[in-house]
Amino acid sequence: MNKDKQNLEDQLQLWRQNKKKENLKYVLLSAAGILSVLVIWQLAVVLGLVNERLLPAPTRILNTLIFKINNKAPDGNMLGVNIMASLQVALSGFLAAIVIGVPLGLLMGWWTYADRFIRPIFELIRPVPPIAWIPLVVVWMGVGLKAKALIIFFTAFVPCVINSYTGIKLTSQTLIDVSRTFGAPNYEIFWKVGVPSSLPMVFAGIRVALGNSWSTLVAAEMLAASAGLGYMIQIGRTVARPDIVIVGMVVIGAIGAFLSMLLSRAEKYFLRWKINR
Amino acid sequence: MPNEDTRPIKVEVKNLTKKFGDLLVLDDMSFHIRKGEFVCVVGPTGCGKSTFLNCLTRIHMPTSGDLYIDGVPADPKKHNISFVFQEPSALPWLTVEDNIAYGLKIKKLPKEEIKKRVDQILDLMGLQEFRKSYPGELSVSAEQRIIIGRSFAMQPDLLLMDEPYGQMDVKMRFYLEDEVIRLWKELGSTVIFITHNIEEAVYLAEKVMILTNKPAKIKEEVKIELPRPRDITDPKFIEYRNYITDKIKWW
Repeated sequence: MNKDKQNLEDQLQLWRQNKKKENLKYVLLSAAGILSVLVIWQLAVVLGLVNERLLPAPTRILNTLIFKINNKAPDGNMLGVNIMASLQVALSGFLAAIVIGVPLGLLMGWWTYADRFIRPIFELIRPVPPIAWIPLVVVWMGVGLKAKALIIFFTAFVPCVINSYTGIKLTSQTLIDVSRTFGAPNYEIFWKVGVPSSLPMVFAGIRVALGNSWSTLVAAEMLAASAGLGYMIQIGRTVARPDIVIVGMVVIGAIGAFLSMLLSRAEKYFLRWKINR
Repeated sequence: MPNEDTRPIKVEVKNLTKKFGDLLVLDDMSFHIRKGEFVCVVGPTGCGKSTFLNCLTRIHMPTSGDLYIDGVPADPKKHNISFVFQEPSALPWLTVEDNIAYGLKIKKLPKEEIKKRVDQILDLMGLQEFRKSYPGELSVSAEQRIIIGRSFAMQPDLLLMDEPYGQMDVKMRFYLEDEVIRLWKELGSTVIFITHNIEEAVYLAEKVMILTNKPAKIKEEVKIELPRPRDITDPKFIEYRNYITDKIKWW
């Protein structure tokens, strides 16, 4: 008996070690993918296949990146200030969209009255591209943080609502019936069954919303900003510095990936019960 | 000859009728179930078994007639009704122990009582070591045991089971049938168990109710007077089984 158990433990250990090795292999493969793109890019520039004034080499971009950490030229802000400005805009719009959009979608999906009342309005607003709001927003609120956050809000709001709505609509009727036969009132079933069962879809919606809000950032910062990554890209274009533009793009990409990773962590925690059998 | 059953009447169904538009599904059903009785209902697929159950649990309201528990019209908010559905119905986001406590929390029982009952059920079902696991981490049959445990934890006035073992293999089925009998004896619940498996009905029930084809009526009530644990190869057992099968041939 004990021997069997020991045997099993050993096998588990072995399996874990193999798994670790395999994981390492995949990480290395991913790194190699990125590296090879960089190498081809560098070679293309060094060999003179592309004009360096139009597409600077990765090493040059790295230099500019390091330079920007401590220097204000040419856009007037250090990189950190730009990042903070952008994060402030993007996250305030994004969070507002979650706080308003998710409950709205859930309510619409659960209560027919809310659905019938809100849905037509929502369906009319939904197809309007967020960028089309820019002129109106400028007239209403000027060009400050609020205006930019509002543009972001519009892009993030729609997926939050739609996914929460669909997610709660997909709640298993059996689970609702279980609660009903236990005598639970409707609001309790909403809270204890509807909301948790919609979570996977809600998270998928939040993920789309995060992507949208981060990628609309540049558009939002076209509204006469004085700091921000989008603003830095604009200036880079004006002064014909493609390296500045690319640094802006790289930083946007990296921060987007980082935020997405944070979200995955949160998702993993909240959906820890979700195991694929 | 059978002893006269002297247990008090727990559930009384009077002239239960259900129509969907012009379609008559349940036709004037009347019967009673005594406290602590184990009743199996056998009926052909599509005869209105689900409608019958849904009327009992008030998911549907009957067109006429009614169901009384202890002489009062049944109401899930007042009475303790538990339902084991055909499909797996454990809440996947709750741990095993929270699943078992789920109905008790809806009924707002005191915390100590909930804890006591959950512990008792975990012991009875042999789920102690999985109490912190999620249903998705366990096998399908373990999940069904959680649901059965959850229903018994309610100490229900009426426990309804709708072909709970429909999708299981024979071995698991025998095992869980014994489990249900054990819990029923231990806790003295009143059980209505729906199945289309006649052997299962004879194995479990004190009384088998045979339903007719749609519109469903009660064709006959058969008392099963066999000692437990029952032996499916016992000639008497086979006699019961054949008798019920015979009745059903006229579906």
